[in-house]
Amino acid sequence: MATSIQLRQIKKAYGDVQVIHGVDLTIDPGEFTVFVGPSGCGKSTLLRMIAGLEPITGGDLLIDGQRMNEVPAAKRGIAMVFQSYALYPHMSVYKNLAFGLETAKMPKAEIAQRVQKAAEILKIEPLLQRKPKQLSGGQRQRVAIGRAIVREPKIFLFDEPLSNLDAELRVAMRVEIAKLHNDLGNTMIYVTHDQVEAMTMADKIVVLRAGIIEQAGAPLDLYNDPRNLFVAGFIGSPKMNFLTTSVENNTLKTGTASVSLGRDVTGATTLGIRPEHITIADGSGVKFADVIVDLVENLGGQTVVYATTKDGQSLTIVLEGQRDVALGSTVEAYLDPAKAHIFNAEGVAISAPSR
Amino acid sequence: MTVHAADAAPQDAASGTSKWSRAWQSHAPGYLFLLPWFIGFFGLTIGPIISSFYLSFTDFDLLTSPDWVGFANYERMFTNDRTFATSMRVTFTFVLFSVPLKLAFALAIAILLNRGMKGLPLYRAVFYLPSLLGASVAIAILWRQIFAGDGLVNQFLSIFGIVGPSWISNPNYSLWTLIVLSVWQFGSPMIIFLAGLRQIPQDMYEAASLDGASKWRQFWKITLPLLTPVVFFNAIIQTIEAFKSFTPAFIISNGTGSPINSTLFYTLYLYNEAFSYFRMGYASALAWFLLLLIACFTAFSFLTSKYWVHYDD
Repeated sequence: MATSIQLRQIKKAYGDVQVIHGVDLTIDPGEFTVFVGPSGCGKSTLLRMIAGLEPITGGDLLIDGQRMNEVPAAKRGIAMVFQSYALYPHMSVYKNLAFGLETAKMPKAEIAQRVQKAAEILKIEPLLQRKPKQLSGGQRQRVAIGRAIVREPKIFLFDEPLSNLDAELRVAMRVEIAKLHNDLGNTMIYVTHDQVEAMTMADKIVVLRAGIIEQAGAPLDLYNDPRNLFVAGFIGSPKMNFLTTSVENNTLKTGTASVSLGRDVTGATTLGIRPEHITIADGSGVKFADVIVDLVENLGGQTVVYATTKDGQSLTIVLEGQRDVALGSTVEAYLDPAKAHIFNAEGVAISAPSR
Repeated sequence: MTVHAADAAPQDAASGTSKWSRAWQSHAPGYLFLLPWFIGFFGLTIGPIISSFYLSFTDFDLLTSPDWVGFANYERMFTNDRTFATSMRVTFTFVLFSVPLKLAFALAIAILLNRGMKGLPLYRAVFYLPSLLGASVAIAILWRQIFAGDGLVNQFLSIFGIVGPSWISNPNYSLWTLIVLSVWQFGSPMIIFLAGLRQIPQDMYEAASLDGASKWRQFWKITLPLLTPVVFFNAIIQTIEAFKSFTPAFIISNGTGSPINSTLFYTLYLYNEAFSYFRMGYASALAWFLLLLIACFTAFSFLTSKYWVHYDD
C-alpha cells in the first residue's frame, strides 16, 4: 500500500528570512507529484524538509497520518535522488547500492539479492564492479536511482535529477522514471524547473513561487484553467501571450481591435491566449489584432510565428503544419473565445473559459 | 609551399642573430630577477650537495685536505658505531609517534572547525600560530621551562598533590616532551585538512544520513576515504619534516642529545659529528644516508598509495 503525505501550514525560515510561507498540500498514495517553479521558489527546500534534511520551522508534516517533523531522515521511509547524484566516488557501483543496506546491517545474501534486482530493473548489471568515474552521466543517474530502489522505500524524492543530462538523454530518462513509477506504484515527489518535465510526468503539479503554492492540480487542469497570470505564463511552451486590454460594454479593447468573448469580462485588464490557440487569416474564431510578422521558425511539424501588434505588443503564434508566412507582412490574428483567458488587475483569472 | 620555403630561407638566416638578441632583450629582466635564486641554488645548495657526496668517501677534518677512504665511513656506520644505531632508534621512535599523533590531532581539530562555527578565521589563525613559532629557538626554550622539574607542568600537577618528574632530564620522558611539542605544531596539516574537508560535497553526507549512517560511520566510510589524497600529502610532508627535525632536540638537550642519548636525533648526531668533532667525511656520509632513507620512505609511500589513496579522477 502506497503512502500519503500531508503538509499543513509548513513554514521555513532562515533566521528572520522566511522562505516557505505556510504550505498546505495533500499527496495521495501512489501519486506522482511534481514541484515546479522558477529558481528560488522554495521547491527544493520543501522537498528537503519532507526528506528530513532541513528542519521544519512551523506546521506539520504527516506521512501516512503520522507527524514526522522531528523524525530523523533515515526513519521516514524515504529515498532521495540528488541532482548531483551524490554517488560515493571511492566505492564500486555495487558498494554504492549496498551502502544503505549494509548500514542497516542486512545479511549479505539479502543485500546481493536486492542489488541484483535493482540492477536488473535499471539495466546496470554489467556496471556493478565499476567506479562512478567510469560511468557516463546517464549511467550515473541510473545508479543514483538504483540506490533509492534497493532500500524499498515508501516514498521516492527526486531533486532535479535530470538537469545534468543532455537533452536527448533527459527525454529518455524521463520516460524511464515515469515507467518506474508505473511499475513500483510508490508515492513520488519530483522537483524540477522544467515545465515540460512537469507536464509529461506528473499526476499532480504543484506550481510554487516565492515560497507559496500558486496552484496545484492535474497537468491539464493547470494548462486549461490557470488560476493566475503566473501559472498561465509558467505552464505551456511557448508561453501564453498576454495583451493589455480594457473593457467597454463587456467588450475587450486590445489596441486597435474590439473582441467579444460572449461572457462577462468585467474588470479584465489582461487577455491571455496560448500561441497554439491563435490562427491567422483563415477567419475562424474572433479577430483580435492585426500583426506584423517579425520572425518565422519552421519546425516541420509546426510553424512558430513571432509578431508584433499595431500597438507594439509582442505575440507568439504556433500554427500546425508547414505554413508560408512572409516576413514583414501584416496578418490577421484570430482567437477561439472559448480558449481565451482573462485576468484582472491583481493578475487573478476572472472566469474559467468553458470548453 | 616549396616556393614559400625557398623565399623564406635567406630571410631566416639573416634574422637568426637578431631573433636571438631580441629574445634575450625581452627575457633578460626575467633571468636577472632569477639570478639571486640561481646563485643560491647552485652555489649554496647543489654545490654543497655534490661536494658532500665526495666528502662522504673521505676523511676530512676541515684543517687538512680530505683523504680518500672509499666506503670506510659507510662501513663504520653499520658495523662499528653504536651511537648511530641509538640515534636511528630515537629518530624512528620520534617519527613513528609524532607523525600519526600530529595528523590525527590536526584532522580532529579541522573537523571541529569545519562545522561552520562563528569566528572560524580567528580560530584558524590561533591554531596555526604554533606552526609558525614551533620550530623556533624561543619556543624550544619555553618548552624547556614548561617541562623542567620546577616547570609549569609540575606546578600544575602539584595542585593535585602529584609530584611530577623532571620531564626533560628523565630519559623515560624526554623524547615524549619532544613528541608533544611536535604534535602541538599541528597547524599546517590542519589547514590543509580543512581545505580538503571543504572539498567533500555536502550531498554525500545527506545521502548517507538518508541511508541511516551515523556520524561515526560517515567519518570512516566517506570523510576518511575521500580525504586520503590529503592524508597522503600531509603524511609525506610531515614524515620528511620529522626525519629532519633538529632545533627542539638541540635546544632542550643543550646540543648533546642528553639524557643518556634519549633525545639524540639523527640530525643532532650528524651535527655533533660535523661541528663538535669535525669529522666532516663521516658527517657527510650520515647526511647521504638520511637522504637515501627519506627517498626510500617516500618512494615506498607512493608505491603503496595506489592501494589506499582514492583519487576522484
